[in-house]
Amino acid sequence: VTDRHQTTSHEIERYAGLFAKRTRQMRSSAMRDLMAITARPEVISFAGGLPDTSTFPASTFSAITTTIANESCASALQYGPTGGFEETKRCVAEVMAAEGMRADPEDLLITTGGQQVIDLVTKTLVDPGDVVICEAPTYPGAVPVFSSYEADVVQIEMDADGMRIDLLEETLDRLDGEGRLPKFIYTVPTFQNPAGVTMSGPRRKRLVEIARERELLVLEDNPYGLLRYEGEPLPPLRALDGGVYVLYLGTFSKIFSPGVRLGWVAAPGPVLAKIELGKQATDLCTSSLTQQVVDGFFSDGRWRGYVQEQCTLYRRRRDAMLDALAEFFPAEAEWTQPGGGLFIWATLPEFIDTEDLLAKALREENVAFVPGAAAFVDGRGGSSMRLNFSIASDDEILEGIRRIGKVVDEQISLYGTLSGRSTTRPASMRRDQRGTGAAPDDPGLADVVHFPRRAGERRGAQGS
Amino acid sequence: MSALRVALLKGGPSLERQVSLRSAARVEDALERLGLEVISIDVDTTLVEQLRESDADVAFVALHGRGGEDGTVQELLEIVGIPYTGSGVLACMRCMDKVLTKHLLTREDLPTPDFFAFSEVAFREFGAAKALPAIEERLGFPLVVKPAAQGSALGIKFAGSPADVPEALIAAFSYDERVLLERYVKGRELAVSLLEDDGGDVKALPVVEARTKQEYFFDFEARYEIGKTDYTCPADLPPEVTARAQELAVDTYRLLGCYAFARVDMILAEDGTLQVLEAQAIPGLTETSLLPQAADAAGISFDRLVERLVELALRRAAAVAV
Repeated sequence: VTDRHQTTSHEIERYAGLFAKRTRQMRSSAMRDLMAITARPEVISFAGGLPDTSTFPASTFSAITTTIANESCASALQYGPTGGFEETKRCVAEVMAAEGMRADPEDLLITTGGQQVIDLVTKTLVDPGDVVICEAPTYPGAVPVFSSYEADVVQIEMDADGMRIDLLEETLDRLDGEGRLPKFIYTVPTFQNPAGVTMSGPRRKRLVEIARERELLVLEDNPYGLLRYEGEPLPPLRALDGGVYVLYLGTFSKIFSPGVRLGWVAAPGPVLAKIELGKQATDLCTSSLTQQVVDGFFSDGRWRGYVQEQCTLYRRRRDAMLDALAEFFPAEAEWTQPGGGLFIWATLPEFIDTEDLLAKALREENVAFVPGAAAFVDGRGGSSMRLNFSIASDDEILEGIRRIGKVVDEQISLYGTLSGRSTTRPASMRRDQRGTGAAPDDPGLADVVHFPRRAGERRGAQGS
Repeated sequence: MSALRVALLKGGPSLERQVSLRSAARVEDALERLGLEVISIDVDTTLVEQLRESDADVAFVALHGRGGEDGTVQELLEIVGIPYTGSGVLACMRCMDKVLTKHLLTREDLPTPDFFAFSEVAFREFGAAKALPAIEERLGFPLVVKPAAQGSALGIKFAGSPADVPEALIAAFSYDERVLLERYVKGRELAVSLLEDDGGDVKALPVVEARTKQEYFFDFEARYEIGKTDYTCPADLPPEVTARAQELAVDTYRLLGCYAFARVDMILAEDGTLQVLEAQAIPGLTETSLLPQAADAAGISFDRLVERLVELALRRAAAVAV
């Protein structure tokens, strides 16, 4: 016998009448349902954003937790300060130094994951109807946060050099003309989620100047900066700005473990003080236990070697995915070439809706990705997808991309039949493209019909 | 009915897995309140073994979509010999396949919007694309493109002009090998739920009207999210329209050979006619689903509804055994 109360339809109506207005903006359940299927064991999923924690040595974890048990059991089980432990802040300062930034402990607040920073910053700065500016596409997980505070989200297009700063300025002028001042600009400048692109040096400088000129805050979200597979690092926005207008979000999730739920924010004193009050209201403090775990791993410098190993692993998987895309995705598709991070952003011909494609991919091929529309607030992105390459094995990457390529090919060929355009071509011709990732230059493909590409195509575009 | 063992079939690999899990969670609570023993089975490749091991007296099928609602699981239950809730194999096949449903309706002169149905093979191998202009002329715009077998509103698209049709077809073919193109009928969306009474007669429950804020479309999201759709039950209709809708629903139920319960979705067109869109052999049983709301409006609690479905399952099995 259960004592669970029976819910009737009337009561549902009653609850619905009690929901806050802002919950109406909380979006999407059909996709959430589909995404739930992607977790089934038989599915090769490129949908998550998971680091590969299977590489972390269990013996190391065991030693760290044993030390905590023996040396600081009571405090690990106790509440901690709202702002976080000083020891954890020292670890954060070390990670930030590795990214080229100086941070004093009084500039820092330890949070329950980086996601909480987005929430706390929005909670601190945004009244209903205020403008928040972000990239197009943006981190899908940020959208529900902005929505829940009833922000008016304005997205700025990106190209291969990150956010188009010229479009940002145009937008800021337009908003200014309408008497609307954006509260902050949210950006993932390095190895962006979901697009995989990195904001160029000149654009970083200009963005920081704009923030100063217009007295706007920037929330720099940098989970992937240390997951670099090639090239030289660019200075973080916070390093360029000195921490005056730039709020910096960091996290241990991608370089160590999302399971510890530890992130941080570095912000100017007055902003940090408000954020701390918000944090107190939300959850009093971040987990003492996991802060001690992080301290146990990061305080002796071992983390640097681990991050290097992860980079080697992810670089190989990225290359495997880029090779597989070149081999199995059609010539009409385009995709980004990330120099780091966890994601590739692929765009298909515009007649393909990637939400429907996901249903087909799951149903027929047991393979999954994130449909691009999740990264936009305005219905764009419908023919794009985000592909994660950090968690699947090389073999799974090859097989999974082959399967997605197959369903895409089927849709393209069917569209050709339906619209009277011939798109058939021998599959064998495509093998030559392996490793190039570029449009085919085989003269044998010259008569292949090319579909119109989407406006603002990303690959190779260099506008600023 | 104390001490009965009920195998509750839920989840499965269909795209409506999450909806099924929500339906099943409510059903499980109800079964437990009724004092029955529940064995929950998340349907996968071990289903037949699990059913055999369950030693269940009856199976409650809380599955939606492909596999669970199309006769497949029902066939397995027949083979394993466990009585089960809801319609039998043939009725499930007829309901799941919207094309078959509409052909049967048309044959019996029951109203349903004009339509044409094609398989992917027709387009790939028989040049069906050449027939599209004639179809478009016949159906007019906007027209609706749907996968033949998809229980929820996934994959349903509206085409406003000929240029939109190929894209809409591609979307629909993502869910099934067959699609139908249907005349768009503007009007009010009505859902008539049906439930057999203790005497085994099918009775139409009060009509539910569903209204979303969106212009065209009762979409998947609205259908399963609290607060996204306005439901009115009983729908505010003239008594004779309610009576006609209920009569049409009963006729559809009988035509398709449904058993125990079902839901018939229809449009009250602007010209006053009623047009059947489709029938659900296993209507949703979630907190926002229409059949439980309609039952509630008729004074039948969710627990009583679940109890009756179990009784009807046992009664059918007993009748077959005799």
